[in-house]
Amino acid sequence: MKTFSHRPNDRGFYGEFGGAYIPELLHNNVEELKVAFETICHEATFNQAYTDLLKQFVGRPTPLYFAPQLSKKHHTNIFLKREDLCHTGAHKINNTIGQALLAKRMGKTTIVAETGAGQHGVATATVCALMNLNCIVFMGEKDIERQAPNVARMKLLGAEVLPASSGSKTLKDATNEALRFWINHPETYYLIGSVVGPHPYPAMVAHFQAVISEEIKVQLQAQTGNSQPTAILACVGGGSNAAGAFYHYFEAENVRLIAVEAAGEGLHSGKSAATSLLGTPGILHGSFSLVMQTNDGQVVEPHSISAGLDYHGIGPLHAHAIQSKRAETIAITDEEALEAVKTCSRLEGIIPALESAHALAALNQLNFKPEDVVVVNLSGRGDKDMNTYMNHFDL
Amino acid sequence: MKPFQFNHKAVGIFLTAFYPSKERFVDLLLDLQQQAIDFIEIGIPYSDPIADGPVIQATSEVALANGFSVSELFDLLDELQDQLQKPTVLMGYGNQVIQFGMEAFLQRCEKANIQALIFPDLPLEMLEHHIATTTHKSKVPFVHLVTPNTADERIAHIAKACTNSFVYLVGNAQTTGGSYALEAQLERYAAIKTLCGNVPVFLGFGIDSREKKALAHSVTDGVIIGSAYLQAVKNGKEQHFLASI
Ligand SMILES: Cc1ncc(COP(=O)(O)O)c(C=O)c1O
Repeated sequence: MKTFSHRPNDRGFYGEFGGAYIPELLHNNVEELKVAFETICHEATFNQAYTDLLKQFVGRPTPLYFAPQLSKKHHTNIFLKREDLCHTGAHKINNTIGQALLAKRMGKTTIVAETGAGQHGVATATVCALMNLNCIVFMGEKDIERQAPNVARMKLLGAEVLPASSGSKTLKDATNEALRFWINHPETYYLIGSVVGPHPYPAMVAHFQAVISEEIKVQLQAQTGNSQPTAILACVGGGSNAAGAFYHYFEAENVRLIAVEAAGEGLHSGKSAATSLLGTPGILHGSFSLVMQTNDGQVVEPHSISAGLDYHGIGPLHAHAIQSKRAETIAITDEEALEAVKTCSRLEGIIPALESAHALAALNQLNFKPEDVVVVNLSGRGDKDMNTYMNHFDL
Repeated sequence: MKPFQFNHKAVGIFLTAFYPSKERFVDLLLDLQQQAIDFIEIGIPYSDPIADGPVIQATSEVALANGFSVSELFDLLDELQDQLQKPTVLMGYGNQVIQFGMEAFLQRCEKANIQALIFPDLPLEMLEHHIATTTHKSKVPFVHLVTPNTADERIAHIAKACTNSFVYLVGNAQTTGGSYALEAQLERYAAIKTLCGNVPVFLGFGIDSREKKALAHSVTDGVIIGSAYLQAVKNGKEQHFLASI
């Protein structure tokens, strides 16, 4: 096992992954952000404001729910970390609250963000409304068509949604456009939505999502008498909910950390988004990580039924955790995820997001003992996916 | 050997490899050898060119759709080598060289007689990180970018790293092909030129007319013209454009 650390070095590297692969045009922007993150985010007044908003606005702490029927089905003890109960319906808002507060403290008045399915876009538009910031969200032209309700939500919240019409017109292109916008408007704050991008973004987003495992520790201790579970499962798109759920357990080596990837129509079908299994080292959106690409270094379009996992990279922290074997990977197909949506809905009365359903489906591939304690990070609720569910289940 | 030290104000032309087709690209490349310009910068088409504006993005998409590959470009440059008298620079994105293999890439560049390399998303710090792992010490120098907003000490530091190539001064801190008034920053350009000492400073991004070229030439060692040339290529007017500039 290569030595693993969940903290990057001063150049932003986690092992061989990370760094800041940015054109000189972004040098000052990124330096400014680095300094702000290292100072402001560790001040007591900042943390107080962040914690207060998580409590009063987001509704934290989210429950750690013992799922009796799923536990019975899998002959073990399953707890669901209910990020689906966060305001706006997913964990994404933990990060947007933190970064928007930082932007405010930096004196920024305009926020730019990228979004795929629209979850991060909605979470960004929400905090911008809350904090009186201008909000611009880039979204792939194709995604704007596919995710009309989230586009409407962002607009209702006062955000401007700009189409990314380059390349494949999806999340990667929305991210390219947001980066270009940041180059051309250095006075804006770029609020990235996952543990990706140039240093310090991966570390910063992980920092703001770490509240998930901070709560799990306290809740598990209270509910089971032991703060350490046997395993934690989380789905990985860019990796922010997984980073948050794993964060305070990275150093607890007996806790299994299981990253669940989207296999799409099958791991080797050519229509998959399982980057940690299919990707090779490369540069994407400002960091060195695992990337799905051709032999010639051109980025390959991923596929997953779940828009939130439909990304061809993963954050450098996960690339490092997987390479150094601190984290394991399981790949789940579209079909398996849909089946898990139904199971969780019927057994527990909880309709999960398609992304989170991947983590639930992974339970079928694992054999736990009756005394084991397994935490599944339920990153979001299924409301945004009802169209897919209606079509698939013929509702 | 300093191929970018000219005894006059220089002009470099940027064109995207395999745009608008492989054959036309070869024609353009050979035509440029006959023009009153000093060096040629070939863009390696990339799927995610974050430093590029709409014109160069569009040319990259066309080139990729034409089946572009890095090794095919090297094969072509090897073939044409005798006909390419002007210094040739390659510009691309870091992922392409890393995927090709830093060492293999540099060796192919030497073989093809490439005079300098520009990878905008491999800033000095990251490049050092990757070069450190190669055993072959390459003779092909890298070019680094500075902008009017780059801090003075950093400019001096970057210029040192460009001793055998040139400093690429991005005229305005924005993506390629944007429009802006050079007049507003002439003093800054001159200050940057001073900070770079003997290292040539070429200004690029947004140069599209004889007037802008003259302004840039008044305070730097040369210009690089990209989007405006490619736009002319698209309209079949590159001869007219080159004559006008
Ligand atoms: C509910 C939900 N889970 C997971 C993800 C994937 O993102 P990440 O891997 O950053 O947690 C998304 C992204 O939109 C999401 O909406």
